[in-house]
Amino acid sequence: MSETYAPLGGKLWTKPFSILFTLAVVGIALMGYRFLFGIGAVTNLNDGYPWGLWIVYDILVATGLACGGYAMAILVYAFNRGQYHPLIRPALLASVFGYTLAAFAIVIDTGRYWNLINIFLPGTSNIGSSWMVEVAISISSYIVVLWIELSPVMLEKWNKTKLRRAVHRSMFVVVAFGLLFPTLHQSSLGGLMIVAGNKLSPLWQTDWLPALFLLSAISMGFAVVVFEAIFSATVLKRPYEQKMLSKLAWTIPYLLGAFLVLRWVTLLANNGLSDLAFNAKGIMFVIENLLFIYPLIVLLSKANREKLTQLFYASISILLAGAVYRFDAFLVGFDPGGGFVYFPAVAEILITVGIISIELVAYLFFVKRFPVLPVLKDA
Amino acid sequence: MQVDRREFFKILSAGAVTMSSISTVQARTATALPPDAEGVLYDATLCIGCKSCEVACKRNNSMPMDHDSYEKDLGVDGVWDAPKDLNAKTLNKIQVYRNGKANTRNQEVDGFSFVRRACMHCADPDCASACPTTAFTKDEKTGIVAWDKDRCCGCRYCQIACPYNIPKFEYDKAIPLVHKCEMCSHVQAEGGIPGCAEFCPTGATIHGKFTDILEEAKRRIALQEGAEYPYPVSSLKGVFRRTSDKDGSFIQDEPQDNSFIQRRPVAKYIDYIYGQSESGGAQYLMLSAVPFEKLGLPKPGFSSAAARSENISHTLYKGMIAPIALLGGLVFAAHRSSKSLESEGEVDHE
Repeated sequence: MSETYAPLGGKLWTKPFSILFTLAVVGIALMGYRFLFGIGAVTNLNDGYPWGLWIVYDILVATGLACGGYAMAILVYAFNRGQYHPLIRPALLASVFGYTLAAFAIVIDTGRYWNLINIFLPGTSNIGSSWMVEVAISISSYIVVLWIELSPVMLEKWNKTKLRRAVHRSMFVVVAFGLLFPTLHQSSLGGLMIVAGNKLSPLWQTDWLPALFLLSAISMGFAVVVFEAIFSATVLKRPYEQKMLSKLAWTIPYLLGAFLVLRWVTLLANNGLSDLAFNAKGIMFVIENLLFIYPLIVLLSKANREKLTQLFYASISILLAGAVYRFDAFLVGFDPGGGFVYFPAVAEILITVGIISIELVAYLFFVKRFPVLPVLKDA
Repeated sequence: MQVDRREFFKILSAGAVTMSSISTVQARTATALPPDAEGVLYDATLCIGCKSCEVACKRNNSMPMDHDSYEKDLGVDGVWDAPKDLNAKTLNKIQVYRNGKANTRNQEVDGFSFVRRACMHCADPDCASACPTTAFTKDEKTGIVAWDKDRCCGCRYCQIACPYNIPKFEYDKAIPLVHKCEMCSHVQAEGGIPGCAEFCPTGATIHGKFTDILEEAKRRIALQEGAEYPYPVSSLKGVFRRTSDKDGSFIQDEPQDNSFIQRRPVAKYIDYIYGQSESGGAQYLMLSAVPFEKLGLPKPGFSSAAARSENISHTLYKGMIAPIALLGGLVFAAHRSSKSLESEGEVDHE
C-alpha cells in the first residue's frame, strides 16, 4: 500500500468556520487592547498569581495537546514502527499550530516582550539556572523544526520538487531534533515550578516534576492522535482508521502506568498526602487521578482497544487528565499566601478562546487546501 | 537492523542514568555572603507603627502615594498614602498584628505587634535564579538584590519564585516595570543609609554591615526580659543626618552624649532570628516578641528553592552530555527508520 496525501477540498466558509473566525477576530481585538492598556486591563492576574489561564492553557496545555507530532515521531522513528506513518502528517499539522500559537501567547503574556531577546543573548541569558531559558530555547527551536517537518506539504502543493528533495535527504536529522526538543522542553516546563518551593502544595511539588510532565505530555500526544483521528473521521465523514488506532493504543496503558507509579512514589516519599483535605485542591487532586486511572483500566483490555467508542472516551479522559494535572500543578495547587485570589477575567478567557479559534481556523484551512490527510485507497 | 536498535537503547539509557542520579547529587549550599554585605535589622518590639520608614522610602525612591480605600474607586488617588500591602508603588510596608483586646504591645494574646515588610535580600535569591534574562542581580560587594529594566522581559517568573512575594509588577501599564526594595543602593552609594533606617525614630529599623547586624540580633535575643539595653538608632555605625537635600551629601555624627542610643527595657524576645536561615538566609533580619507566623511571615524552609531547582537543572544539562547523547541516539534511530520506511516502498519520510 503506497501512501499518498491530498487536500480535502470543499467549501471553506462553512458555518463553524465563520463562528471560529468571529471568535478569532474578537480575541485579536482584545489582544490589541491589552497592548495599549496593560495586562491588568484584560486579566485578573495579580502580584500573588502572576501566571494564570494564559500560561497554563495557551502554553502548558496547548503544547501538551500539540505533542501528537512528537508522540507519533517517537513510535515511527525512535521505535521504527513505520506502519503508523499515515497518522504523522495530521498530527504534525496540529503540533505546528499549537506550538506557533503558544509562542505567540508568550509575547502577549510577557509585560516587556521587546526584551524577550535577552533570554537568548549570551550576555544576559540565565542559561543553566533558569528552567525558563531551557523552555524558551527549546520551544522556539522546535517551532522551526516543526515548520521544516511540515514543509514537504507546502512544497508538494507548490511543485518545488528540487527543494523538496533537499529537505527530504536531510529529514532524518530534522526528525531527530524534532524528538529531542519536546523531550527537553516538556520536562523543563515541569521544572519551572520547582523554584516555587512550598508555595506549591506538596500534592504536586516534587523534584520529579520534569519527568512527570514529560510522561504526561507523551500520553497526551498519543491520546490526541487517537482523538483527532476519530473526531475528524466523524466530522469530515471519512472512514475510520480503527485497526491502526487500536494497535496504537497499546502504548497508552504503559505510559499512564509509568506516570502514576512515579506520581504516587514521589507523593508518598514527600508525605504530600498530608495536604489532602476536602477543598478545591483536594477535589481537583481526586478528579485528576481518576482521569488518569480510568483510561489506564479501559485500555488494558484488548477488546476495549478495538472499540472506537472506548478508544474515544479513553483518549478524552487522558487529554483532560493531562490538562487538569497542568492546571493543578501551576494554579490550583499554587498558593502564594497573603490573601491573593485569582480567577480568569472574561476578556482573559476570550483571548484564550481567540487563540484556540485561530488554531482551528488555520487547521481547517490547511487540511482543505494542502495535502495533509492520507488518501485511503482501500476505504 | 535489529542490532542497531539495541545500541540505540544503550545510548538512550546513558541519558536515563544521568537523569536518575538527580537524588544522589549533593544539595547546593547557599551562596556565601560577601564580607562587606549590607544588612538591615528590624526589631518589631521597638516599632511604634509611625510609618516614618514608609514616608522616607517613598521619598528616597520617588514613589507615588497610594491607598486602597474605596475613594480610590471614585478617582481620588495620590492624595494620601495608606496602601494595605506592598505593591508596585510601595516597597516598604508596616503592617499590624492584633489579637483580642489588642491593648498590650509585644504580646501574642490580647496584644498587638507591628511588622515591616520589604525585600529580604536573600543570600541565594530565588528571583535571580528563576529570571531568564538575569534582570535580577545580587551585588558582589553589598549583596543587594537589584532589578534591571533593560534586561527584564516581564515574564513574572520572579513572582512565582519569591517565597516572600516581594517583586511587584505594574499590571496597569502598557510598558510595565517591576518594583522592589533595593536597600536604597543609590543613597548608600553617596554614603547614606536606607531611608527606612535613617528615619526610624525608635531604632526599630537599623542599618549596618550584615555581620554586625547579625551579632546585634544574637545579642538581643540573649537579653533578659525587663533589663535595660542601649538600643542604637538608625545605624550601628552612628546616626546619619542629611545636611542638605540639594547637594545630597551626608555626614556621620560622632556619637555625642549617647544621643544615638535609646535606653529601653527589653521585651520578651522570641528566641529566633527570622531571615537568618529562611530560604538559605537573608540580609534583612527580624526580631519579635510575637511568633513570626502570627505576623504573616512565610515559612519557606531553610534551603532556597533556587538551590533545589538549579541542582536538578545542572544535573540534567551538565556539560550538555545527556542531551547530546540523546540527540546522537535519536539521529541514529531516525536515520535507520527512514531507511526502512523507504525500503518498504512506503513513503517519503517527513
